[in-house]
Amino acid sequence: MELVGLASFLVFFLTLAGIYALVTLGLNVQWGFSGQFNIGIAGFWAIGAYTAAILDTPASPFHLGGFAMPFWVGALAATLLAAAVAFLVGVICVDLRTDYLAIATIGIGEIIRLVLKNEEWLTNGVRGIAGIPRLFEALGRSGQALAFLGFVLLAILLVYALVERAARSPWGRVQRAIRDEELAVAACGRDVRRFRLESFVLGSAIMGFAGAVHAHFVGFISPEAFDPLFTTFLVWVMLVVGGSGNNRGAILGAFLVWAIWSLAQFATAYLPLAWAGRAGALRVLLVGVLLQLVLLWRPQGLLPERPPPPVVRRDA
Amino acid sequence: MTLLVAHGLRGGYGGVDILQGVDLRVAPGELVVIVGPNGAGKSTAMKAIFGLVRLRAGRVVFDQREITGLPPERLVPLGLAYVPQERNVFPSLTVEENLEMGAYVRRDDIRPDMERVFALFPVLAERRRQRAGTMSGGERQMVAIGRALMTRPRLLLLDEPTAGLSPRFVDLLFERIRAINREGVAILMVEQNAKKALAMADRGVVLVGGANRFEDAGPAVLAHPDIAEMFLGGA
Amino acid sequence: MAELLQLLIYGIVTGGIYALGAIGISLIFAILRFAHFAHGDLMTVGAYLALSAAAILGLPLGGAFALAALLTAGIAVLIDRLLYRRLRASGAVVLLISSFGVALILRSLVQLLWGPETQVYETAITPPWRLGELRIRPVHVAILTICLLLVSALHLFLTRSRTGKAMRAMADDPDLARVSGIATERVVVWTWLLGGGLAALAGMFLALDTRLHPLLGWNVLLPLFAAALVGGIGNVYGAIAGGLVLGVASELSTLVLPAVYKPAVAFAAIVVVLVVRPRGLLGGR
Repeated sequence: MELVGLASFLVFFLTLAGIYALVTLGLNVQWGFSGQFNIGIAGFWAIGAYTAAILDTPASPFHLGGFAMPFWVGALAATLLAAAVAFLVGVICVDLRTDYLAIATIGIGEIIRLVLKNEEWLTNGVRGIAGIPRLFEALGRSGQALAFLGFVLLAILLVYALVERAARSPWGRVQRAIRDEELAVAACGRDVRRFRLESFVLGSAIMGFAGAVHAHFVGFISPEAFDPLFTTFLVWVMLVVGGSGNNRGAILGAFLVWAIWSLAQFATAYLPLAWAGRAGALRVLLVGVLLQLVLLWRPQGLLPERPPPPVVRRDA
Repeated sequence: MTLLVAHGLRGGYGGVDILQGVDLRVAPGELVVIVGPNGAGKSTAMKAIFGLVRLRAGRVVFDQREITGLPPERLVPLGLAYVPQERNVFPSLTVEENLEMGAYVRRDDIRPDMERVFALFPVLAERRRQRAGTMSGGERQMVAIGRALMTRPRLLLLDEPTAGLSPRFVDLLFERIRAINREGVAILMVEQNAKKALAMADRGVVLVGGANRFEDAGPAVLAHPDIAEMFLGGA
Repeated sequence: MAELLQLLIYGIVTGGIYALGAIGISLIFAILRFAHFAHGDLMTVGAYLALSAAAILGLPLGGAFALAALLTAGIAVLIDRLLYRRLRASGAVVLLISSFGVALILRSLVQLLWGPETQVYETAITPPWRLGELRIRPVHVAILTICLLLVSALHLFLTRSRTGKAMRAMADDPDLARVSGIATERVVVWTWLLGGGLAALAGMFLALDTRLHPLLGWNVLLPLFAAALVGGIGNVYGAIAGGLVLGVASELSTLVLPAVYKPAVAFAAIVVVLVVRPRGLLGGR
């Protein structure tokens, strides 16, 4: 019985960590590749989650739709809508200096949160959207959980393959060059703006997709279900700990930080009752301190960025 | 007796050594001008002396005292002052405040030195309450030099003081620099207006590719046929 | 018309509070060259410290505010010594990430020490003064008066004292300040003292006007950055003007926008300034 409980917790843990890994890969495309600072991560994640929720739930009087679409329609729409919003935001903001972009993205995340919270006709406001269908329901409870985990791991593999290919392509080289020497790239006649926009949109699309997966995993979403600022922060810590610019580092960081977070959850369960309500804050404190320690003593992260192998030009 | 000895300076930005072993000496009260083609490391050598470029090798001695790698805030009290080529005034501060900032390391009465700067550049006295950022390039250069003089330096490092100025200002500024030098302040100056600068220099140093190429009395450098052709644009 | 004037009054009070926070953000941005994401949470810390100073030491609110401002200034310096100073060589973005982490650390500390629920300062309830159709709350008059006094004192400090002038010089150009022999680390300490103290006061005034809660400061971080950018980074007077602009604009926005979307005004201001006039309305770096 204990063993079964442990196994099912492990599956649950790995699935959530995997969803975070997807988001962290998305952030790595924006930050690790081309040096764009996004503090609106939770916003793009939420766009994905809500899009999938609205499209895939059965019709409901409480919010727009639902339209009872299959998962893949919701996930595709979530990815595209997150990309579209990122495109609109990007057109205005990608030219900004790193720190200004960071400030602007706080605003973007905040506005997305306010819309989700206040436009009740669309999202049912603070009461959130329930009854998002789970995948693989036919497989029974434990089979369903295992299948979902398998699906998330497969998604990580596919996204990893995609972004790794992108990183090694000429496109990825230009991205890194923009990050390191923007003026030089511009002087080479490259359209810096377009490249930055592309990586911003690609990263946000991945976050939107992860949001759709998350919605189908938890079955219920609301603006306050997860603290948006904290979600954003956790993803940042994952990337910094794992190693910015390294896709494997992004995945490793997500699993590792989520493990620390979950272990802390066990530990804080033993707190005296009076402190139980503050356990969450204690865990945030722990993650905050972890970030500072990594920045001070291992700023490159566990798996530092490796320069890709030189290109052998055949046409020269 | 030499005031400044820089020996075998090697270093630069990032992994690239711009300086490949530069030697520079300045005697007390001397006016030394560094000339050379673009990328020769003239400005970098000045910055290296002033602790703004990390040296990989070489030593800098000022007044018998090793100053290699010391940061600027430690050098200013010793009697060194440096005027960068660009961004050399505090734009939102008034002329007077700029001069006060030059004297930041001093705790005694700075008014006599401010008056000395105003005597040297009377236009600054008229505009002492004007913000430096609103002044012309030539006037800003005067503020910058004035700021550096506020610590009564024994050696003044000037990085292309006349770059981008109109000919009228160039002559005025050179004449003032000479006046400062005549008061006993040694000057090490990088200058693009090589002819005029060398003509008044005690000594001229030619740098090429981050290394010393040639050195002689100022006018003699000017007279040297190869040098004249190579760096001074013939004519 | 009366409604407009009433909103204008609220806007000016909010603007005064924003100004106190934006001054620190602007100075830190110019002198240390990074966007200090923990500034809002310094405000929160200050506001809660005042709560405890009043409750534990039994100080009157004025005394509690002064003590809490000093403590917060010290905390700001401590954070700099412990973290930011060691990360300075790593560049602005690392500092930005670190300060984002500090923001979360401060916020969770506030939750741990004071709890997540909303609290208020114990003050005598005074009825608003009536001026025709206008209602003026005494607490608003007090806040605005103190803001004015603080800004005047700051002006004297920046224009008369050697350290204040050095601070402006460093905000203009940190490299040249170093070249001039200015003791830059000393100026940095002063910057944190000033920024931290003013942030704490901004937090207290905001809490006095509304309520204390752990997100008090984070929720106004966006308008604070907007105010600093509108005024031009490094320009203290610009930050004050920017604070007023943002305060008034977000109050007036409720005439055309649902009140819940007030933060959108700050975002719009940021985008407009960055895209149209990157040096801010009053100039800066």
